[in-house]
Amino acid sequence: MERKDDFKERRKHLEGLSDEQLNQRFWELLDQVVDPLAELARTHTSPAIERSVLLRMGFSSLEAKSIVEKCQQHGLLAKGVGNVVLKASAISGRPYREAGLELAQGNLWSEVQAEFAGGAN
Amino acid sequence: MDVNEKLNIPELLKDLENYRPRRKGWTWRKPLPRDTQIGPFKYKQVSESLKNYVPLPAAKYFGNIDPQPDCIITTEIASGRFEDDIRRMRMAAWHGADHIMVIRTAGQSHYDGLIEGSPEGIGGVPITRKQLRASRKALDIIEDEVGRPINFHSYVSGVAGPDIAVLFAEEGVNGAHQDPQYNVLYRNVNMVRSFVDAAEAKKLMASVNMLQIDGAHNANATAREAWKVMPELLVQHGINCAFSLKAGMKKEYISLSTVPPTATPAPEIYLDLPYAVALRELFQGFKMRAQMNSKYMEADPREATVNHTMNLLISRLTSVDIQSTITPDEGRNIPWHYNNIAATNTAKQMLIGLDGIMDLVELKKEGPLREKVRELKERAILFLEEIIAVGGYFKAVEAGFFVDSAQYPARNYDGIVRHIDGGVAKDSVLLRDKDYMAPVCEHYGNNNLPASINKACDLIDGCTLCHPEKIIYIDELDEEDNAAKRLEAMAEHREKGLLRPEVEWYADGVISMQLFYPTSARVAEYAALALAEKMGIEEAEVINRLPMHPAEGTFLELKGKVNIDIDPAALDIPEEVPLLSEEEIRADIKAKPMAIVAATVGEDEHSVGMREIIDIKHGGIEGYGITCHYLGTSVSIEKVVDAAIETAADAILISTIITHADIHRINMRKLHELCKEKGIRDKVILVAGGTQVTNDIAVEEGMDAGFGRGTHGHAVASFLVEKRRSLK
Repeated sequence: MERKDDFKERRKHLEGLSDEQLNQRFWELLDQVVDPLAELARTHTSPAIERSVLLRMGFSSLEAKSIVEKCQQHGLLAKGVGNVVLKASAISGRPYREAGLELAQGNLWSEVQAEFAGGAN
Repeated sequence: MDVNEKLNIPELLKDLENYRPRRKGWTWRKPLPRDTQIGPFKYKQVSESLKNYVPLPAAKYFGNIDPQPDCIITTEIASGRFEDDIRRMRMAAWHGADHIMVIRTAGQSHYDGLIEGSPEGIGGVPITRKQLRASRKALDIIEDEVGRPINFHSYVSGVAGPDIAVLFAEEGVNGAHQDPQYNVLYRNVNMVRSFVDAAEAKKLMASVNMLQIDGAHNANATAREAWKVMPELLVQHGINCAFSLKAGMKKEYISLSTVPPTATPAPEIYLDLPYAVALRELFQGFKMRAQMNSKYMEADPREATVNHTMNLLISRLTSVDIQSTITPDEGRNIPWHYNNIAATNTAKQMLIGLDGIMDLVELKKEGPLREKVRELKERAILFLEEIIAVGGYFKAVEAGFFVDSAQYPARNYDGIVRHIDGGVAKDSVLLRDKDYMAPVCEHYGNNNLPASINKACDLIDGCTLCHPEKIIYIDELDEEDNAAKRLEAMAEHREKGLLRPEVEWYADGVISMQLFYPTSARVAEYAALALAEKMGIEEAEVINRLPMHPAEGTFLELKGKVNIDIDPAALDIPEEVPLLSEEEIRADIKAKPMAIVAATVGEDEHSVGMREIIDIKHGGIEGYGITCHYLGTSVSIEKVVDAAIETAADAILISTIITHADIHRINMRKLHELCKEKGIRDKVILVAGGTQVTNDIAVEEGMDAGFGRGTHGHAVASFLVEKRRSLK
């Protein structure tokens, strides 16, 4: 099961293009290939992305890992883990880093869950 | 830092919790104008010279210049212990490397999170915050020493890409590999996860002007017949470039990792040059990182070096922004310190050797080059058309489009197949809710931040990218597996200043040996191993076996360990006599001519040594303007002295090779006595030479100096001039 090199037939529609037009076509096709990928990335998140948010909020890698895992378990990752930490901070009235460490310990989750359930999705 | 001091590794490891990088982002070399004069020559494609350097060996004939090419030169370092890598970085920088690429330990790409501390790695180092800070701190010292910024580089890939991208952005890592296709094809990370993570990672990299290198060259290294994947390579480069632009990277920070796909005995340039031209035409404005071909590397470093030299020719015939180097011993996986230097020097030597070549030649505007360039571009476009026709990138990967060994549009259907719901970390990506929010800077994609704020991180009073003091530094997690413990194990050895050979780690004891046996390859290999055992070399291994002829013989290279320490304090090292410069010697002789009489004395027919010292052709003393009266071999001492008186010679040079019954000593003594007798001893300089002669022996026997094996005319001429000055 092999496909023979049918380049000569396949290329016929490209024959008339100038070098400039060929380059342009290359980049237009690439845009068509990557646009859906960029859109996917724009609208989705992952545990690694969420850990990277926590790192930027000033949590250590160990803390970030623990909070994100628990966030996944509680079904809240789609809210954004930073969002969750800020919510925990607001509920507990403690600075967000302390609230985050509570979450890492497994505390405050039900309160946060309730708060998100009450809000708009 | 004093260039004669070693880097103080324990010192580097101190106070890392407070270390901050002195700059972020990539730095290019500073180009010098065309026709910049360096030493005796004008150069077209050079950058600012270094403050401290080791030039190419032949530089001594050109005033010790070390012109630096206009492009960055990379060296890849991967010993598994960063405390040892740091020393190699310093050596490489002195030879002209200004892009230090640190290979990650095996398995890090599947590690879901960051590694911390300084554990030992395999085939690379675990990239951690501590390792980055210690390395960067060392590079700060090194770049001050050489007087040129050094770019530090590693990898943003695997299932922790965004975590690593934050770490790199915080710690000022200057460049990184990032290409989701690499994850998908070679690390079998789920493809959806790879692309979603990559956008975040790229945005973070872009925020600090980190230079990105893609992963397309791996298709070349993986495909069975690498020269057939050229259309696909263009497509892979294109996908990563286009995706990176969408994630917010600027073209000038996107670099294509491009490898000339084939190697001799293929007609290399004929195949590779059109590819290199097509790539540069399609990707104008992007940067070219010219990687060297490692696919066909075997155990012979000579063969590898020639292939890399061919690759460098392509770089100069087209263009290069970052010239990568592969150590010539990579094929046999023995990462000697020296081979980083060898590879760096191969690049420097070729790039400078080809300086300005395109002023002299040009690539043809018609004929096979242009035809092939066009064909490659068209094949790549057809590839993209079919990706779209089957429903996009993910569908194409599922259909095994990539790393197929046929030249597209031909297909052998042996490409790498991955499934959208398969691979490491499958099903780990989820749709962001409408109220999704991330209160940090440089976050890619939908982010439902309150309209009231100016900056994403206002809600948390600043993120670590804006306020680095918020970074939480973890020193070590493992009490045993860390740099301090490794240093401690050899602390006494270091303190005593003992010397043991090393290939990559401090005092690892590894040596290599070259030998030839007049027998077949297989017999030679076993003979070499037996020899190594008798020599006390442990863990011996034949690392290169080159048949010279099936029966007549085999060249071998062998490595092994010798755990023998040498204490330099106990060595009897004769003091090194500094030589006058060649210019100074010539000026002295010109101002005041010098004549000498020379002969091999006694019953001794050896003439080679003396001719080496005298002949202008061999760099001998004639070349400095000294008049030489050579009397021949087996000359009596009386005849030599008479000739010296007759020609009013300033010096007598005798060669005495035979040492039977101490005849060399007797001849020297006799020469000294006879000169005294004739009343000329205080006017004539007496010099003896020979394979068994040392300066100590000669002086004991009344000579002014003695020269042994390996002496060059320069040393003798320098001595004669200095001695004559002292006589006045």
